[in-house]
Amino acid sequence: MVTGKGGTGKTTVAAALALALADEGRRTLLVEVEGRQGIAQLFETQALPYEERKIAVAYGGGEVYALAIDAERALLDYLQMFYKLGSAGRALNKIGAIDFATTVAPGLRDVLLTGKACEAVRRRDRKGRRVYDAVVMDAPPTGRITRFLGVNDEVAGLAKIGPVHNQAQAVMRVLKSAETAVHLVTLLEEMPVQETVDGVAELRSAGLPVGSVVVNMTRPQLLDTAALDTAALDTAAGAAAGTGEVPVGTAEAAEAPLGAGGGARAGLAHALSRVGLGGDRPGGRADRLVEPLLRQGREYAERLALERAQRAEIDELGLPVYELGLLADGGDLAGLYALSADLRDQGVLK
Amino acid sequence: MTAHATSGRGGLADVPVLDVDGLLDDPETRIMVCCGAGGVGKTTTAAALGVRAAERGRRAVVLTIDPARRLAQSMGLTELDNTPRVVPGVGGEAGGELHAMMLDMKRTFDEIVEAHADEERARAILENPFYASLSAGFAGTQEYMAMEKLGQLRARDEWDLIIVDTPPSRSALDFLDAPKRLGSFLDGPFIRVLSGPAKAGGRAGMKFVHLGMAGLSMFTGALNKLLGAGLLRDVQTFVAAMDTMFGGFRTRADATYRLLQAPGTAFLVVAAPERDALREAAYFVERLAADQMPLAGLVLNRMHGSEVGLSAERALAAAENLEDGGIVDHVTGKGDLRGAGRSDVPRSDGAPPEDGSPEAHLTDPSPHAPDDSPTAHHHISSADHAGVPVSDPGDDNSDGAATTLLAAGLLRLHAERMRVLARELRTRDRFAALHPEVPVAEVAALPGDVHDLPGLRAIGARLADQPAGQAG
Repeated sequence: MVTGKGGTGKTTVAAALALALADEGRRTLLVEVEGRQGIAQLFETQALPYEERKIAVAYGGGEVYALAIDAERALLDYLQMFYKLGSAGRALNKIGAIDFATTVAPGLRDVLLTGKACEAVRRRDRKGRRVYDAVVMDAPPTGRITRFLGVNDEVAGLAKIGPVHNQAQAVMRVLKSAETAVHLVTLLEEMPVQETVDGVAELRSAGLPVGSVVVNMTRPQLLDTAALDTAALDTAAGAAAGTGEVPVGTAEAAEAPLGAGGGARAGLAHALSRVGLGGDRPGGRADRLVEPLLRQGREYAERLALERAQRAEIDELGLPVYELGLLADGGDLAGLYALSADLRDQGVLK
Repeated sequence: MTAHATSGRGGLADVPVLDVDGLLDDPETRIMVCCGAGGVGKTTTAAALGVRAAERGRRAVVLTIDPARRLAQSMGLTELDNTPRVVPGVGGEAGGELHAMMLDMKRTFDEIVEAHADEERARAILENPFYASLSAGFAGTQEYMAMEKLGQLRARDEWDLIIVDTPPSRSALDFLDAPKRLGSFLDGPFIRVLSGPAKAGGRAGMKFVHLGMAGLSMFTGALNKLLGAGLLRDVQTFVAAMDTMFGGFRTRADATYRLLQAPGTAFLVVAAPERDALREAAYFVERLAADQMPLAGLVLNRMHGSEVGLSAERALAAAENLEDGGIVDHVTGKGDLRGAGRSDVPRSDGAPPEDGSPEAHLTDPSPHAPDDSPTAHHHISSADHAGVPVSDPGDDNSDGAATTLLAAGLLRLHAERMRVLARELRTRDRFAALHPEVPVAEVAALPGDVHDLPGLRAIGARLADQPAGQAG
């Protein structure tokens, strides 16, 4: 189960995970439940129908199948399975009964979606082997995941006996077993991390198995800490000297006191000048690059500090953490394969 | 609302600029709706617009749906009580005022029931278990109630500007569709059938006869098991109690829809410069046009900018040079491998005449000419064990190595930012090519989240301060 706050890229991570799990000739099923056709967009294919179809081949010959579960269709299947409705089912659909049933009771939708996924998990071929080695669900967002997965507990409580009760219990057995893991996708930003922390607490108290946290869209560190400290030092010195306010190139800038900050600035201008970026005298081209470059550095340092704080919160959860780098081109199919290789290298299959 | 637009912007000559202050100052603007995909900063944008409107003298109210805790606190919203509260310290000097409220959808639904049914009947409805699940969980109830609340605020006429944040829906369009869906659901044939076949009548009733009572009882039996026995009975009593209100739901949904189409309404599509968010924004723009909703423009949040006049390629080449020992990489050597950067280097070396390459040569104590630079490069890096960057020999600064590293790091950082910037511009231009008529306001990215009034003011200022947008 892959969940996450909106905008964190949970569909991409779910797809990358399905690809990684399809390694070495295995077969996985990637399931979508929110009717957004995100999987089709990701794999650059047409909208998925309500049937399992092969969507990608993984490294080493494994296969990824995909399924977009449609709650209305799933309800008809369900009624067919337990009550042999026949053509009456279609008539019910026509007068809006199915729509009624799936929209009016939010829980019913979730029963059908989780039920269908669990059916795929348990399905076996004629030789008794599992049809899918793994099923990956692009699940509802973090805010709704616990209710979504826990809904069968409620149903099992409502329907005390009979096929519905048995079905609900079987689904819960799968979801709470060691075979299931809920992975939470987050960014190193305040709100997604807060939702992740809350989501993990909710899942744990509902007895649902939490797998890992996937930190998505991370960026490589481009400045080391010592350099950042120097930049910070320069901020203080620069502010004290008032160089930020003085228009560069004027006499005042030229005569700016050479404190620690001034020295660092001059050194930077000199370094830039040495690699052909213009003159390093005050007001020269290299010198004029220094202040805006430092400003960018300070913004970066600020963001890095925020990210560190978020990382610390994630670490406190005591879960395995995987990191996926930001895709330079906004995520195409090649990027997806790169992400899946990255997950595999980080040991997600263990 | 395109009247507020001015045109002209670097690189996008024909894309009109969204004049946010013009929109906020126009007394004809009575409702602003912020919509867009999840995670693009809708709520923050709505709040920032509210603060700016009040500080420009308007009496504004912001209706938020699900704000982040700290953002809510920044506006003094500590509880979800469904009542607009004044935000202290905003707009007083300009004669404006800001109110803010968080939507409580169940409370809003309760209020509708209480307003339209006598006391006894209202109680019967509110206590009905089916009503409880409908008011808390029906897909679209939140959207319906947001629009209902908007209608109420507008009817009170206490504010001259209402700014609405839209719910984080599965689809960003849900708030346009949900009121109708809930309305037609409650007025729909199935509910009528459930409430008693006698009432069904018409075509729905005929279908029902074809279906046969056996099918229905099987279906209701199945539903009873799935949903819990008694739910359908609850639905029937609920429908009986709500009977007088049914026509009302559809009427209200229609009224809200017309309010959104009115000329005093301005839709702002909010997006981030990412492919998916802008794809959804484009879809939204098309849908608003199809529904004849007045679109004011696109707010593009989290755009990156740079005041460093240096291309990514040049910055990267310079960073590599510094890390390799600080040799000017003129024409030959590694520059050849760097492709794009190569042609750039010699040309821009002499760009500004007053500080061009002659000076660079003067200030660099290690003598070299373009053709001998590979040799020099080799010499330096063999002296420098394992390629650890060092300052050049003539540098008497003891912090030379650290400064060189810092300079290289800053250049790499800049190169990365330029790449982000280029990607964002490409994404933006793709949208602009599809919808050249939509005015755009860009908001520069902040390093962290916004959760106080100064932060909201800063966002508001960035919204209003568009390049070439001052002519508004």
